[in-house]
Amino acid sequence: MKLIVTDREGQVHTLEGREDWSAMEVIRDANLPLAAECGGACACATCHVYVDDEWLAKLPEQQQQEIEMLDFGVAVQENSRLSCQIKMTDELDGLKVTLAPESL
Amino acid sequence: MTTNVAPAGGQHKTDVVIIGAGPIALFAVFELGLLDLKAHLVDILDRAGGQCAELYPEKPIYDIPGIVEVTGQGLTDRLMDQIKPFGPTFHFSQMAESLEKAGDGWRVTTDAGTQIEARVVVIAAGGGSFTPKKPPIPGIEAYENESVFYAVRKMDRFRDKVVVIAGGGDSALDWTLNLQPIAKKLLLVHHRDGFRASPDSVNKMRALVADRKMEFHIASIKALHGANQKLEGLTLSNKERGDYRVDAEMLLPFFGLTMKLGPVANFGIGLHENLIPVDTEKFETSTKSIFAIGDINTYPGKLKLILSGFHEGALMAQQAFRYCRPDEKLRFQYTTSSSSLQKKLGVA
Repeated sequence: MKLIVTDREGQVHTLEGREDWSAMEVIRDANLPLAAECGGACACATCHVYVDDEWLAKLPEQQQQEIEMLDFGVAVQENSRLSCQIKMTDELDGLKVTLAPESL
Repeated sequence: MTTNVAPAGGQHKTDVVIIGAGPIALFAVFELGLLDLKAHLVDILDRAGGQCAELYPEKPIYDIPGIVEVTGQGLTDRLMDQIKPFGPTFHFSQMAESLEKAGDGWRVTTDAGTQIEARVVVIAAGGGSFTPKKPPIPGIEAYENESVFYAVRKMDRFRDKVVVIAGGGDSALDWTLNLQPIAKKLLLVHHRDGFRASPDSVNKMRALVADRKMEFHIASIKALHGANQKLEGLTLSNKERGDYRVDAEMLLPFFGLTMKLGPVANFGIGLHENLIPVDTEKFETSTKSIFAIGDINTYPGKLKLILSGFHEGALMAQQAFRYCRPDEKLRFQYTTSSSSLQKKLGVA
């Protein structure tokens, strides 16, 4: 399954996703610049991505924990998600996300 | 012995100064203590525990050997208990700002003016210093310390000003309630009509909005307007209204903390991708008698695990002893069988 990531310079990377991995883990494994400070505990909001509109509705619903953690994200938009909370599945083959800007 | 918290600004001499007070720094105090080495710890947070205290105090950890399950705060509390016999001194809410040679050893100076001289320096700074997140709004840095603040030090600065607070956590809500009575006008800006804050604060804020004593905008901040560091207005944006402008003289963004390497980068120890390379025998950096343990170091096969950091601290302590007590013979002992170690631990 593919995960298509646009980095902060606008460059597009097609990554090989793995069943059961989070999108955050796939992005980090490819050495793209994603802080993910808490390591996937949904406790820091530094794995923040924007999800392409066409994919937004296909994602599993956000848990309350993620909604609340996004209160500590910078530059949060309607399509903001924490990539540590997106589990890769066959249904998400081809998922497109953009790395959100980081804290200055 | 007890754990000491030193007031800012003092001058101290000790065997080892540890930069950081997370779990790895705390256990290093234990390993150093068994060898009769005294330690001072400097941390930017106002309490011990590092990431365990700041990022996941309530989250369970399952991979500490011998402990089936413990929270970040629980592990911190246990380590603090464990090192109590060694009387460490903590310097909280301070950032280690500079490191320079002082005689045989080193002098660490903090941003609060505290100076600590020690033969050995141990950098156990994890992912770096926890510092406030800065929202990436174009040009925001030009307004910092004049119109944009990430913390409130003097409330008076905000008196009779048009104050905008951004964020949805407890800090955003608490400062909304604290500053509303003295501000000329107060606006809270958050991206959703929900908060990760105490329900009591949220209710109080909503009551103020209902009484027209402040405004709450569900929006994001698009742009800052002003000149010469003085903020005059903001462009906010949301679905209903599109882009719109509001007056603002002060902006307080509260989005929690993030880890920045900070001044450690200027300590003159060769960094590799923001990590400090060390050997795996002593966990010493390329500079003699400066060590790096825990998440901040790198070596072939490094795993960022708490248990790895504990091991690194134990080996570091052996070499630290050789620097601090060059004329003494290092005696390797077990806590189970050594009555002298048990005496140090206060159990014999």
